[in-house]
Amino acid sequence: MSQLHYALFTGCTAKQSTPELLSSTLAVAKKLGIKITILEEASCCGASHLQDFDEFLAHVLNARNICYAEKLGLTMITICNTCQLNSAMTKHALDTDPKLKARVNEKLAEVGLEYKGTSEIKHFLYCLIDEYGLDNIKNRIKVPLSQFNIAPFYGCHNIRPSELHNNANGKENPYNPTSLDKLIEALEGHPVDYAHKNKCCGFHVELQANHTSEVLAGNAMVDAIDNNADLMVTPCPLCHLKMDTYQDDVGHVIGRDVELPVLHMPQMVALALGCTEKEIGLNFHVQKATHLYSKTA
Amino acid sequence: MKPDSVKVTLKTFRFNAETDYLPYYKHYEMKVGKDELILDLLNRIKWEHDGSFSYRRSCRHGICGACGIKVNGRATLACKQNALELVELFGNELLIEPQSKKRVVKDMIIDKKDFWDKHAKVKPYVATDIDPHPEHETKQSIEEFNKFLDSDLCIQCGNCHYACPVVEVNENYLGPAAFNAAYRFTVDTRDEVGEERLKLTAQMESGVWDCVKCFECAEACPKEINPIEKITKLHNLQFEQGVAERNIATRHAEGFLRGMKKYGYLDEADIVSYSEGYLGMYKHLKTAAKMLRAGKIHWHSGIPFINSVPKIKNLNEVQKLIKISQTNKL
Ligand code: SF4
Ligand code: SF4
Ligand code: FES
Repeated sequence: MSQLHYALFTGCTAKQSTPELLSSTLAVAKKLGIKITILEEASCCGASHLQDFDEFLAHVLNARNICYAEKLGLTMITICNTCQLNSAMTKHALDTDPKLKARVNEKLAEVGLEYKGTSEIKHFLYCLIDEYGLDNIKNRIKVPLSQFNIAPFYGCHNIRPSELHNNANGKENPYNPTSLDKLIEALEGHPVDYAHKNKCCGFHVELQANHTSEVLAGNAMVDAIDNNADLMVTPCPLCHLKMDTYQDDVGHVIGRDVELPVLHMPQMVALALGCTEKEIGLNFHVQKATHLYSKTA
Repeated sequence: MKPDSVKVTLKTFRFNAETDYLPYYKHYEMKVGKDELILDLLNRIKWEHDGSFSYRRSCRHGICGACGIKVNGRATLACKQNALELVELFGNELLIEPQSKKRVVKDMIIDKKDFWDKHAKVKPYVATDIDPHPEHETKQSIEEFNKFLDSDLCIQCGNCHYACPVVEVNENYLGPAAFNAAYRFTVDTRDEVGEERLKLTAQMESGVWDCVKCFECAEACPKEINPIEKITKLHNLQFEQGVAERNIATRHAEGFLRGMKKYGYLDEADIVSYSEGYLGMYKHLKTAAKMLRAGKIHWHSGIPFINSVPKIKNLNEVQKLIKISQTNKL
């Protein structure tokens, strides 16, 4: 296999409140021999909120990000479900609406850029599965995760709307997603089957509709716990933030003690590949997670 | 090659509000042919197994919206959905349930009152004073018509509504179908009460700002309408037409620009204080302290004159693009 090379769109979260996501992603790529070029020029994707304020502006800014991946001639990869969705929505809108593309390019020309539509946009999870391959990952496992029951939490924006994602995520079906389950199995962990694995964590209304947000997160966490999960894993840092940092509030609202470490997908892979404690960064979690490293070390 | 028929077990939700204390599940086994629809299987339960089994259907052409149910949790229009496609996805046991278990009257039949009430609230019709003796028809250009996008295709099946997790936990939330209708008639050039609809859908708790953006509605719709796309358009229209009021939600949406102008990235600490105000921040103190301890945020994050957010390369491009491309303001 020739060496895989991607342009990494970090998003805001990995640059701020989840530094462990960035370090573990880079560590996994290094261990697997995947070349990463970070798109230092890329800005925020709008996180599905800027779009509500001004959809056209959000398209312009997302198109600008994609331009930089196009310049490198690389697939743009994301490590956040919401970055994935918003970038992919802009790509889809521009690739299917020539008038919009022209309007956006008129603005981009003012800063010397042009959106062409030549780069794919893919979440790192699907690069690992569809392009690197689970068998190749299996061959590189140093620390099998066989002692853990792991609850996969897929997050909305990687799987819905499926029509939009199907080219980038191996035709994952949102009603019966399997990618994370397969990845957990490949790392020799035990995937937990639970009804809420493809449901919403409520992150996006944390501020304005707090009760809704807590109930949605709580339902998912309790479902995972009741199905004997030792930890939860998610490809989305926003799901991570909701599930990890608000466990007390969530427990309070739904009347249960909730205690569950929530790992980023790359952290789980990094654990199994034998990356260093610092690279994996379990110490950055609000809900205690460092014991997972000691257990495998 | 795919088989022509497969043996399937239908695990079917049964409940009669008049006689049953609790719901139960009954199993029916049948050989299902490759051309059979879920509605054909419901018919066979009724005709061949149990005449008391109840469900709604009428047109059998995917246009009356009567036959919406859930199969293995997936919103389904029974008369449109091929059965073996679902077997391929879920395996040989299909779980047949009503759209909403808490609203069941009998088996698959639910009380859709909440759906119709919310739908009626948005005035789902062209509202205007018309001349009782018009001299010519009201014309609409193709461009004006195209503004509806696909929103006009809604058959009021309720699939999106009962797939929506916010409808499930917040009884005031109007829901994706009502929002789709609100959009449909607000952008209709013949209509005159658009502002009223925008104000209604801008309200907190019941309006579009409570949408969690899960895209369940987009996935559930058998007419491929994508209600959340219309929700985004309603958000934008509220700003465009000056209906949006300053509140946590609108400031949160608009506040992204503050960080992006300064750093290219969102300023995570600033967006919370800007959206909520410093007093509103108070309720996040406990969480903030925990995040601080874990190193997820830094002690100086909230202090305006210390920049804790990294800057992107070529930030000036983003600043310029915002200046020349911004179309809305709060
Ligand atoms: S995207 Fe919004 S309206 Fe649609 S199902 Fe989710 S919460 Fe409901
Ligand atoms: S928008 Fe689609 S799913 Fe919702 S009621 Fe209309 S047709 Fe049914
Ligand atoms: S029976 Fe009319 S839509 Fe299915």
